[in-house]
Amino acid sequence: MVEITPGRAYGFFTDTSVCIGCKACEVACKEWNQLPGNEPVFGDGFDNTGSLDSQNWRHVKFIDNVADETMQAGDGKAWLMMSDVCKHCKHASCLEVCPTGALIRTEFDSVYIQPDVCNGCRDCIAACPYGVIGLDEHSNVAQKCTLCYDRLQGGMEPACAKACPTQSIQFGPVDELRAKASQRLDDLHGQGIAQAQLYGADDSVYGGLNAFFLLMDKPEAYHLPNAANAVLPSRNNARGYLATAVTAVLAVIGGLVALRRRREPVREPVPEPVRKQPEGGE
Amino acid sequence: MVLAEAEHFVRAPNWTWYILFYFFLAGLSGGSYVLATLLRLRGDSAAEAVARLGYYVAFPTMLVCPILLTLDLGQPLRFWHMLVNTTPGQLAPIFKYWSPMSVGAWALVAFGLFVTVSFLDALRRDRRGIEGAGLLAKLWSIAGAVVGLFIAGYTGVLLAVSNQPVWSDTWALGGLFLASGLSGSAALLGWLARHRRAAQPAAGAFVRAERVFLLLELVLIVAFVLTLVPAGTLGRAFGFPWILLWALALLCVLPWLRSRERTRSAVAADGTVAAPARVVVAPGLILTTLALISVLAIRAAVIFSAQ
Repeated sequence: MVEITPGRAYGFFTDTSVCIGCKACEVACKEWNQLPGNEPVFGDGFDNTGSLDSQNWRHVKFIDNVADETMQAGDGKAWLMMSDVCKHCKHASCLEVCPTGALIRTEFDSVYIQPDVCNGCRDCIAACPYGVIGLDEHSNVAQKCTLCYDRLQGGMEPACAKACPTQSIQFGPVDELRAKASQRLDDLHGQGIAQAQLYGADDSVYGGLNAFFLLMDKPEAYHLPNAANAVLPSRNNARGYLATAVTAVLAVIGGLVALRRRREPVREPVPEPVRKQPEGGE
Repeated sequence: MVLAEAEHFVRAPNWTWYILFYFFLAGLSGGSYVLATLLRLRGDSAAEAVARLGYYVAFPTMLVCPILLTLDLGQPLRFWHMLVNTTPGQLAPIFKYWSPMSVGAWALVAFGLFVTVSFLDALRRDRRGIEGAGLLAKLWSIAGAVVGLFIAGYTGVLLAVSNQPVWSDTWALGGLFLASGLSGSAALLGWLARHRRAAQPAAGAFVRAERVFLLLELVLIVAFVLTLVPAGTLGRAFGFPWILLWALALLCVLPWLRSRERTRSAVAADGTVAAPARVVVAPGLILTTLALISVLAIRAAVIFSAQ
């Protein structure tokens, strides 16, 4: 049992090498957070959740690169499973753009959307590089994983971690989880599993993810931005405004020149009677 | 196989029609205010007559903006949360200079104030038959025009400050929206000026202004294209069916680039006919409508192609 103290950073270490794709995390999350869920999606695989959104705060991704035809040596490449979740980024894109202050960092260092403050503008959805947040059709506000904020306040670990039967999802203080993860990585490398790698355990991705992962392939294979692509929305503020300002200056100068008074002798001598009638607002 | 939906790194915010028409009207309102102010600074009576038309256009177009934005919210009654942080225990105005949506909300409040005052002032001057504009009115207009430039352009920056494909791959959108908003406003005011007698002598100037803004717009479209190439999202922004919108946007403004100078003889009020001279003829309703369609098409292509 993890002791939970406000002021300390908590998160998840999701070890995909032991995920069996049972989706107990998804079920436990929906049970605890009273999420009715979406209609299931039926595609070409075991994934009927589709994606993280306002109802799915955990989503077991199935990365299926196994050939459908009869197996022969060398056919099977990988069948990867990963229970995806909000990363609770240290430098969070959603928190950065939120205009209402609904997105806050809690006393557990998690990123939380206050449902009574959010007005559903969806700027955070445009910002989140992981596609975690969705506008909920029941509450009409943005929703995502809360790191079970209410459970943490009551001294309990999040529902998904509690339900995970293989300890693929581990909850705890981030520094302790990082130590565990690096131990686990060493073990796997020692067993000759060279493709195992950590994602978000250091500060290379968004300053560090409080919910980080051990992956069995490159981040791109799991549709996660790698360190080079993990960029914040605010990177575009300066250059965007600068280009707008330059355009504004050119437009004003051009406008002043184009609209300047010209000698149009035909028109100017026309004595114009002062018109008293008001003009409409059209 | 992974479901296509799960392949998105980023989810689309579903900013659609309300936002499109907000961007459109913000461009026209801001643009009209700016052009009105440039003409007001020119000082002659014809220019002031058109300037007032500009303030008349800026007011109703501005009024619709917050309504559209409010309707777009998931919780429309919480529109004021854009300005006031209602986090328990932290009730205070909220302003985040690094979030264009936060800045834009405040800018819209400020612009609303400038536009409303300028509109009422123009109405008052027209009713009383006051021809000119005083120093105070000019200073007020200049300050309002700075906010107007912001309102017409920041919407592009708002899109860029995200992690959406296309939008966040370029720095050109703010300038592009500003230039196209100004060009739409120039077309609209030029057409309106034809219908206000005192403003008619200034109508032709808008055709020249229109060309300046269209040139800027074209340069920024090129910049937009060039910035999307390294990002690999050019096909997304200009692929089918969006290429049709871009083509529409360009086709609609082509007639504006033709020379509109005509030889005209003017008949003065006392019946004397002046010698023929070259004057620029402001376009009619059709060309004006085309210019506005172009403004709308550019924004639609940008907004919808990324999502």
